[in-house]
Amino acid sequence: MATEVTSHAKTPRQASAWINRASPYMFIAPAVVIMFMALIYPLGYMIWGSFRDWDPSQTIGEAEFIGLKNYVTLWNDPNFLESLSVTLRFAFLCVSAEMVIGVGLALLLDRNIRGMSVLRTMFILPMMIAPVVVGLMWRYMYHPTVGTFNRFLEDIGLPKVDWLGQNALTSVIIADIWQWTPFIFILALAALQSLPRSALEAAKIDGATAWQQIWHIKIPLMMPVLIVTALLRLIDAFKVLEVILVLTEGGPGLSTEILALRISRTATEFRELGEAAAMSNYLLMILMLLTVSMFAFNKLQEIRAARVRMIAEEDA
Amino acid sequence: MPEIHLDGLVKRYGTVEVLHGIDLRMEDNEFTVLVGPSGCGKSTTLRMIAGLESVSDGEIYIDGKPVSHLEPKDRDLAMVFQDYALYPHMNVAQNISFALRLMKRPKAEVAAKVRHVAEMVGLTEFLDRKPGALSGGQRQRVAMARALAKDSRIFLFDEPLSNLDAKLRGQMRAELALMSQRVEKNMIYVTHDQIEAMTLADRIVVMHGGYIQQQGTPEELFKRPANKFVAGFLGMPPMNFLNCEIEDRGGETFVVGSGFAVKLHGENANKVKSHGRRDLILGIRPSDLIFSTEARPEDSLTLDVKVSEYVGAQSVLMCECGGQTVTVELNSETPMTLGETLVFEVNPARVHLFDRESEKAL
Ligand SMILES: Nc1ncnc2c1ncn2[C@@H]1O[C@H](COP(=O)(O)OP(=O)(O)O)[C@@H](O)[C@H]1O
Ligand SMILES: [Mg+2]
Repeated sequence: MATEVTSHAKTPRQASAWINRASPYMFIAPAVVIMFMALIYPLGYMIWGSFRDWDPSQTIGEAEFIGLKNYVTLWNDPNFLESLSVTLRFAFLCVSAEMVIGVGLALLLDRNIRGMSVLRTMFILPMMIAPVVVGLMWRYMYHPTVGTFNRFLEDIGLPKVDWLGQNALTSVIIADIWQWTPFIFILALAALQSLPRSALEAAKIDGATAWQQIWHIKIPLMMPVLIVTALLRLIDAFKVLEVILVLTEGGPGLSTEILALRISRTATEFRELGEAAAMSNYLLMILMLLTVSMFAFNKLQEIRAARVRMIAEEDA
Repeated sequence: MPEIHLDGLVKRYGTVEVLHGIDLRMEDNEFTVLVGPSGCGKSTTLRMIAGLESVSDGEIYIDGKPVSHLEPKDRDLAMVFQDYALYPHMNVAQNISFALRLMKRPKAEVAAKVRHVAEMVGLTEFLDRKPGALSGGQRQRVAMARALAKDSRIFLFDEPLSNLDAKLRGQMRAELALMSQRVEKNMIYVTHDQIEAMTLADRIVVMHGGYIQQQGTPEELFKRPANKFVAGFLGMPPMNFLNCEIEDRGGETFVVGSGFAVKLHGENANKVKSHGRRDLILGIRPSDLIFSTEARPEDSLTLDVKVSEYVGAQSVLMCECGGQTVTVELNSETPMTLGETLVFEVNPARVHLFDRESEKAL
């Protein structure tokens, strides 16, 4: 009798235990399916396609498998190399300038003066404007005859500048700086305001001038945040498309043809899907490298902090 | 070494005035302790001297020169902060030498100075550690060493020991007392701990509610407190206060309250006569109440023991005297049971009297 009761109770209990164990996976399942469809499948498709000589009129199955030929061709294609170089120059120049200006502004505006919060809000407006609108705005301002800049230069008696012609890359960089400096400004300001106040007071008493406080205390203490911010911005700058598309469409010549633009042209204009996929993979590799280095940097910081804590505890 | 003079120092945050005209003169080589309960304005006073807070009104003079418009770096002072305020990204040696490096002193001189002060505070083995890898007491020493390395003439401390555990605090207090004798500087030390104040100070300044209550040597303040606040703040266990009236009994002056009548002698009797008012507060320190079996009734208090706290050789007894609480100390070996009635002799020369209205000492 007793055994019967227990065996009776056992089955439902086992079932409920199974449900308990399985339920997390059941909840995760939809996310896994969506991630697979939205991320893994297209990515695999792109990698798979990059090994084929693939024309948009073919299905991927019909395209001929050519191994690494697309990658090798690209590496010998001066146009691709030029585009890669434009992208690198664009990204590094933009991010360097944005870091300097953004951090500089944050250092300047990190004080409690009346009206400062209004000023801060105004500074971050550019970041909130849609990139296409930014492109259109700047295209108008850069216009050779009726644009704001050239009219202004004319008014004060200076020669006009061929903004989107000879100086296209510089002009594009200026527009990007205008749009993305606020991002760095906000993060730098947040980092500044969370610095230990008393350490700064100690520095004042130790005789540090405002510059020395910035150089010896503020910047070093902000550095972890600044490095992550710079990496985030770099990742973004490598993928920029809209503003440049609207401003110059990559021209004149190849002077502003960043990789994202070249990929889209290779696919649509030159009808080389395989090559475009290979190019995307090169870009992906650069971005992966940056992302991994960002995570590695964070991890390193954690390890360092943990080691320091350990030493302190050993002593105590 | 310099003389510091605060002249009518006022601090306002917006419309709230937190310091109401502080007048204070600190002589050469003096160890001055600002002491008072939390929120009384000690840190604000110190930070104004340091130049970290602006002066709303009044002036600070160092060696006769007004300095309230000067930056901290131009006032030639060193400061130890409550939370130590070490530079987290620099190791101990770099923390200690920061001020010297800013002054562009020669490398060899800086290294020698770092070694010297590190030895002084016992940090030699930790010079290349970051503050994060130090214990609380070691961080405290780094903060001290950093201030010492600067060789400034004024040394400011803002509750430097309050983040340490009790044992370490006692040890550091003793080391500080030693150091203050060796180092010839004008030191200003802020604390809420009256024991630190009593043991370290050449001169104590008791603050309360943004006012200076009294200043003087520890002995002066302990023996002749100017008002009830100072009397209750200094000394452990704190002074007992009993409401009382003055009565003439056959030519003798008595203070009479519920449950007691104590005869006043000499100076105290004269003071009471010239004061005029009859309602007073009687103050007696626990250490001036001696357990006695043969005391005369007019020189003693009769107390009912309510609570006994054993703290070692002495026990602290909470007693009742006509509805008012009185704390006394008693040798722990004395046989005694709770609820018992004991007689304590009052040392008549050590009795304090305060006006009940103004709470000022007579
Ligand atoms: N930045 C501030 N703004 C407004 N009130 C302040 C500020 N700093 C201190 N106070 C007030 O001033 C008084 C004195 O503070 P403080 O000098 O820090 O006291 P403590 O004696 O504990 O060191 C306190 O009542 C505190 O609330
Ligand atoms: Mg304080």
